[in-house]
Amino acid sequence: MDNKEKILKYLEQNAKYTSKNIADALSLDEKDVKKIIADCEADGTILGYNALINWDKTRRDRVVALIEVSVQPEKGEGFDQIAANICAFSEVESVYLMSGGFDLTVILSAKSMKDVARFVFDKLALIDGVKGTATHFVLNKYKDKGIVFDSSEEDPREMLEI
Amino acid sequence: MDYDRLLSDRVMKIKPSGIRRFFDLAESMDECIALGVGEPDFKTPWHIREKGIYTLRSGKTRYTANSGIEELRRSISGYLLRRFGIEYDFKEEVLVTVGGSEGIDAAIRAIVNPGDEVLVPEPSFVCYRPLAELAGGVAVTLPTYEKDNFRLTPEVLKNAITEKTKLLILPYPNNPTGAVMRKEDYEKIAEVLRGTDIFVISDEIYIELNYTGEEPVSFASIDGMRERTVLVNGFSKAYAMTGWRMGYICAPAPIIRQALKVHQFGIMCSPTTSQYAAVEALENGDEDVQKMREMYNMRRKYLIDFVARVNIPCFEPLGAFYVFPNISGFGYSSDEFCRIFLEKKKVAVVPGSAFGESGEGFVRISYAYSLEHLEKAMTKLEELIEEGF
Repeated sequence: MDNKEKILKYLEQNAKYTSKNIADALSLDEKDVKKIIADCEADGTILGYNALINWDKTRRDRVVALIEVSVQPEKGEGFDQIAANICAFSEVESVYLMSGGFDLTVILSAKSMKDVARFVFDKLALIDGVKGTATHFVLNKYKDKGIVFDSSEEDPREMLEI
Repeated sequence: MDYDRLLSDRVMKIKPSGIRRFFDLAESMDECIALGVGEPDFKTPWHIREKGIYTLRSGKTRYTANSGIEELRRSISGYLLRRFGIEYDFKEEVLVTVGGSEGIDAAIRAIVNPGDEVLVPEPSFVCYRPLAELAGGVAVTLPTYEKDNFRLTPEVLKNAITEKTKLLILPYPNNPTGAVMRKEDYEKIAEVLRGTDIFVISDEIYIELNYTGEEPVSFASIDGMRERTVLVNGFSKAYAMTGWRMGYICAPAPIIRQALKVHQFGIMCSPTTSQYAAVEALENGDEDVQKMREMYNMRRKYLIDFVARVNIPCFEPLGAFYVFPNISGFGYSSDEFCRIFLEKKKVAVVPGSAFGESGEGFVRISYAYSLEHLEKAMTKLEELIEEGF
């Protein structure tokens, strides 16, 4: 791994690390780290910084669905145009092109199962080129973006003389 | 029964450790921010845990050879050669112990006769003096100083040597100071020892946690020192494996043969599951160690920058996971400082005096805690200073 990749790894792990923190960990110069991050932001290597939120801890109702989508690729456009049409919906969290039995994975978050159903019937299924869908609801999140959703916060270490 | 009269004088004479009192106080408080624990906050890397589970599943639940499974002794021998360039024969120069601590105990008992003097640099981890005394030895303090970056100097060593001196303990990288002995520092110590019959126990349990930017040096690799040195190392700190209780000692066969007797009659053999997990750590754990070292380094530098910003003098610790700032300027003893910090701000750090008299005027801050946790605690320290206590 080169320094750029190492820095990106740290940011992927915790975007709140400062350039100084990362420079300290990697024994690099803070200025160099700043420059690499700025370059990555400029060239789109770093697209943004999100908080990873456990919505179950809030009062907001929310269901997450994973939808398998089969499509008929368009001439000249391949899958890109259909994917772009799906991406345009703000409730869509992620869209991946897949190998295997179906073409696109769409991850959707909505207020209720009914809203998900409405999205699939009224929006997704009507997009040109979409041949079929299979909707799966997420029952629980255990780990996301490398972080385990674990409610235990207490330090498990016993006090001992050392 | 009159226990005080009847129980072992030697054991009863040993003072309980000074850290305990603070922990008792801290534990009785709600929402105390602890900075006291000398144990990695990381979990043992999963592939190492999995190896332990796998061996349990496949029924490897019996005793092992007294000195440890051959596979592990081979791995240890290979690791020491590749990392520090020292050769130990896995057949008779390696003994797997229950943590580094048991290795230190077995080595001291193998070396020390009643009345022998054991030189213990201080401040240092609290086990050496009691273990030397349990073996009938006489512990002699070698003070180390902030002005020397808490390194042991050849002058202090030379002045302490008498005809009764049998053993020198070298506790570097050091708990609680974070001091590191570089090759040139070890060379000077070796120069004093050459031509004497003094043994050395080099406790290198923190050797992988080195932030000098140079490769760490083992005392056993210094010219002419191998024959007199018991190298102590283990898995607790580098691989976050404290609860597995896995350590080892390496030394010339005549020393190991005697230490093995202490080990086999007192312990029998180290935990079997832990031994298999330890093989996995040595064979496939380099990347884990590197990751944890980087995280420690991030926190170390954060703390050093912080104490500098609030004008608390602190030498730069280059090893282990402790900083040891000098708090004498506030006009309190380290005991008082820690008590006030705990009572007013609910932050627990350990008084330097718990690690020997020369630790007076200092406190030990462990950075085996997340950066967020450290930031919280340091905000409290800043408040305390601003309030003028």
